[in-house]
Amino acid sequence: MRLIVPLQGVVQGRGGLILGSLIPCALFYFLQFYLKRHRSPPPASSPSSSNLPELARTSSRSNLTGRGSMGQARVSSRASSIAKPNDSPYYIGLDRASEDAYDELENPNGVIQLGLSENRLSLDLIEQWLSRNLNASILGGGGLSIRGIATYQATGDGLWELKVAMAGFMSQIMGRAVSFNPSQLVLTSGATPAIEILCFCLADPGNAFLIPTPYYPGFDRDVRWRTGVELIPVHCRSSDNFILSITALDQAYNQARKRGQKVRGILLSNPSNPVGSILTRETLYDLLDFARDKNIHIVSDEIFAGSIYGGDDFVSMAEILDSEDVDRNRVHIVYGLSKDLSLPGFRVGAIYSWNEHVLTASKRLTRFCSISAPTQRLLIPMLSDTRFTQEYIETNRKRIQSMYDLFVAGLEQLGITCAKSSGGLYCWADMRELMRPYNEKGELELWDKLLNIAKINVTPGSACHCIEPGWFRCCFTTLSKKHIPLVIERIRKVVETCKPPS
Amino acid sequence: MTIEIEQPRVGLSKIAVSKTHGEDSPYFAGWKAYDENPYDEFRNPSGVIQMGLAENQVSFDILEEYLEQHAEEASWGKKASGFRENALFQDYHGLQSFRKAMASFMEKIREGRTKFNPDRVVLTAGATAANELLTFILADPGDALLVPTPYYPGFDRDLRWRTGVNIVPIHCDSSNNFQVTPQALEAAYKNAESMNIKVRGVLITNPSNPLGVTIHRSTLEQILDFVTIKNIHLVSDEIYSGSVFSPTEFTSIAEILESRSYKDCERVHIVYSLSKDLGLPGFRVGTIYSYNDRVVTTARRMSSFTLISSQTQQLLGSMLSDEKFTGNYITKNRERLRNRYEKMVGGLRNAGVECLEGNAGLFCWVNLSPLLESQTRESELAVWEAILHRVKLNISPGSSCHCSEPGWFRVCFANMSEKTLEVALKRIQSFMEERKITSG
Repeated sequence: MRLIVPLQGVVQGRGGLILGSLIPCALFYFLQFYLKRHRSPPPASSPSSSNLPELARTSSRSNLTGRGSMGQARVSSRASSIAKPNDSPYYIGLDRASEDAYDELENPNGVIQLGLSENRLSLDLIEQWLSRNLNASILGGGGLSIRGIATYQATGDGLWELKVAMAGFMSQIMGRAVSFNPSQLVLTSGATPAIEILCFCLADPGNAFLIPTPYYPGFDRDVRWRTGVELIPVHCRSSDNFILSITALDQAYNQARKRGQKVRGILLSNPSNPVGSILTRETLYDLLDFARDKNIHIVSDEIFAGSIYGGDDFVSMAEILDSEDVDRNRVHIVYGLSKDLSLPGFRVGAIYSWNEHVLTASKRLTRFCSISAPTQRLLIPMLSDTRFTQEYIETNRKRIQSMYDLFVAGLEQLGITCAKSSGGLYCWADMRELMRPYNEKGELELWDKLLNIAKINVTPGSACHCIEPGWFRCCFTTLSKKHIPLVIERIRKVVETCKPPS
Repeated sequence: MTIEIEQPRVGLSKIAVSKTHGEDSPYFAGWKAYDENPYDEFRNPSGVIQMGLAENQVSFDILEEYLEQHAEEASWGKKASGFRENALFQDYHGLQSFRKAMASFMEKIREGRTKFNPDRVVLTAGATAANELLTFILADPGDALLVPTPYYPGFDRDLRWRTGVNIVPIHCDSSNNFQVTPQALEAAYKNAESMNIKVRGVLITNPSNPLGVTIHRSTLEQILDFVTIKNIHLVSDEIYSGSVFSPTEFTSIAEILESRSYKDCERVHIVYSLSKDLGLPGFRVGTIYSYNDRVVTTARRMSSFTLISSQTQQLLGSMLSDEKFTGNYITKNRERLRNRYEKMVGGLRNAGVECLEGNAGLFCWVNLSPLLESQTRESELAVWEAILHRVKLNISPGSSCHCSEPGWFRVCFANMSEKTLEVALKRIQSFMEERKITSG
C-alpha cells in the first residue's frame, strides 16, 4: 500500500486536513517502531532543573584544551543572575526525584515524585483516540480543506483552524458558560512564553505585578527574568483558606506607590497553584473593580480550569466580562494544554485578550515561540472531535476526584489535613504540627526529611512564597492508585519521628 | 443628563507600542501586497509573485519520498506506550536522540570537517528565538552587537526588540563584493564607542543573507582575531550552511576553531536551524551551539520560553540520524539550488541585469542601480514600488537590509516552482525591455 505524503501540504496548510494532520501522526508511530529497534535509555523527565555541573565538565574535556570552562568574554548581567545553580527546593527536589526515580521493579526505594504538577491519569484516552483516528486516515477518510496558506508567517500565532478548535475546547473546559472568539486568541509554544509575552506587553522594566501568595515557583522566572518586571507578593493566610482579600491587595498597592514602584497589574492563577482553590464570582467582580479603580491589568492564568473536582464550578474571568459591561481592555487570560490535556511536551499555550493592541503586539512576538506545525496539525482534529473532548474532560475530572479523595484520606490517617481545594492536580497539605521550630528553617528541615527519609519529593511552601511555614504542595496525579498506600506509609515514617514525645 | 466619564486607557509597555518590530518597512509591506493578490498559475496568473521570502521548496519531494517509504511501517505496530513518554517530555535539555541527530546533521553538512558535541546543542523554537536568546545572554540593554551590512531585515526585530540591545552596522560595499574588512570592523567598533555604547559581540551570517555568498576563510580568521583582541563574542548564524551549492566552498567558524585547537573558543556561538536547509520553517527547529559552558547552561534554561515540541523532536530525530537519507538529501538539495541559481542568473543576464556572484542560499543579490534615477534610497524605493505594483514581483530592497549602496535587491528563487520562476524571469525581461524602449 503506497501512501503519498503531501508534505508540502502539511507544511503549507494546503491539502487534506486528515492527511495533513494524521500523516505526521503516522510518522510518529513509525518512528516509535523504528526507535524501539534502536533504543537508547529513556530520557529523564526533569523539566525545570539540570545536572549541569557534571555536563559542563564532560564537554569541556572533550572540546577544549587547557582552559577552564569559563570563557573570558563576559555574559550579560541578565545571564549571570541565572547561571548560578538553582538553590530553590522546588528545583532541587525535582532534580533528586529524577536522578533517583522510583520504579516499582528497578528502584523500589527511589524517590516518588509528588513535586511535578503533571497529569498521567488520562493519557490512555488520548492514546485510544490516536489509534482510532490513525486507522481512519490510512483508509482514506475524507477531510476538510485548509483555508488560507499556512506559510511561515501564518503558522506564527497559530493556524486559524487550530484557533477555532482551541476556542471551542476552552469553552468546553469551562462548562460552556462562555464562548471564546478565535480571533482574540494568540497561540504560543506553552503557557510559559504566554505569561512572559504578556509581561513584556503590559509592563516596563522596573514595573511590578501584584501576585497573591502562595504562587507557582516558575513565575519568579517567567515573569521577571528577561522582562525586568517585578512581583509584589500579596500574602494570603490559612485563616482565609489562602483566598485573596481586596484589603490586602489594596495595602500592597499603596505600599508600592509609596516606594515609587509602578504597579501595572495583578497576576493570579485560577484554579490557584499551589492551593487549588477556585475564585468565587464575587471575588472576580471585586478584582475587576479594584483593577478598574487603579487602572491596571489583570492576567488570569486559567491553565488548570479543566482539572477541577469537588462540587464547585469554575468561573473564568471571561465569564465575568461577558455579563458585565466593563472595560475589557485590561483583562487577559492565559491557557494551555499541558495540564488539562496532559500534553506538556507538545508546547501548546494561549493568550486570550480583548485588547487589540495587546493582541497585535503578542501576535508579532509569537515569532519567538510558535507552536510546531506537525503539532498544530495533530491537534486540530483532536480538539475538534467534541465527542472525544467531552468524554475526556468528564472522565479525567472523575479520575482526578478519586485520586484526590484517596490521597487526602490517606493524609488524614496521618493527622495531616489539606486546605479546601477544588481544582488543580495537587493538594495543599498542612504539616505545621510536624515542624520544629515553627519557621522557614523548620519547614526546610521537614522537607529534607521527606525527601531523604521518606523519599518523596513535595514542594515546600517557602518555594511558593507562602507567608506561613509548614504547608506543602503534593501532586497526586503522577501516581497510580496502588502507590498511594506506599506513599502514605513512607510519610508515616517521618510523621512518627516528628511527633512530640508523649 | 448623565455625564460620560471617559475611562483612562489602561497603559501598555514601551515594548508593546514600539516600532522596533519593523513591520512598517518595505520588506513587510511587499508581503502584504502579495497576500492581497497572490500569484497562482491557474487562478491568478497576473498576481504578485513572492520573491521576498527565503524559503526552500525545491527538495520537498525527497522528504516526502523518505516519509512515504517509512510511513507504511507506521500503520502496523502502533504500540502507543512511546506516545505517553513523549507527550510528557518537557525537559529543556531536549530529547538526547534528537540533539545527537542535529549534531550529526550539522557535521554531515560540513562533510565531517569538524565534530559537534550533542551536549553543546541547545534547542529553540527556530533560529529567530536562538538569535534573540543569545542576544539576551551576551548583552545588556543599551549594549550593541556589530553586524555586517547588508543584513537580514528580521535582525532589527530579533536582536533588538525585547532585548533593548543595539545593532551597530559594519559597513560593506560592492568595491570588494561586500566582504567584511578589518578596517570596517574597527570603524564600526569606534563608531559604537563614540556613541558611548559597549560592544558585546559581532554577529555574522555565513553564508550571508542577503548576499548569497559564503564568507572567505581568511575573512573568518580576521573576524575571529578581531573579536579576540576586543575580548567580545562572535555569533555565527550558519542557517544556510546546507544550502551552499558546492560543499568545499563553505568554511564554518567551527573549522577555524578546530584549526586553532579550540584556543579561546568560549567566545564563539553558532546558530543553526532546519527552516532553510530542510525547508521546514513551520516545524520551528533551531539550535544554539556554544563553546561556552556558561552560555550553554543559561541558554538551556532560557529555552524554556521557546521549547521545540517533543512530537517534532521525535519525528525529525530519526530522519536526521539516517545517514543514507541525509547524505542523499544534502547532495541533491545543493544541486537543485545551484540549478535554480543558474537559471535565475541566466534569466537576469538575458534581461541585462547583473547579480553579485553567489554560491549559496535561496536568493540572488541583484544590482538594479542602473535603473535608479539618482543613487539614493528614495530612488531605490521608487524602483521597488514600480516592480511591486507594475511588474507584480515582490523583491526586497537593499535599504531594508541596511545596505549603504542604493540599487541592490534580494530576489529569492527557491520558494516557488520552476515554472513560476520562469514566469517571473519573463516579467523581468519585459520590464527591462520596456525601460530600454522608453529611455530611448
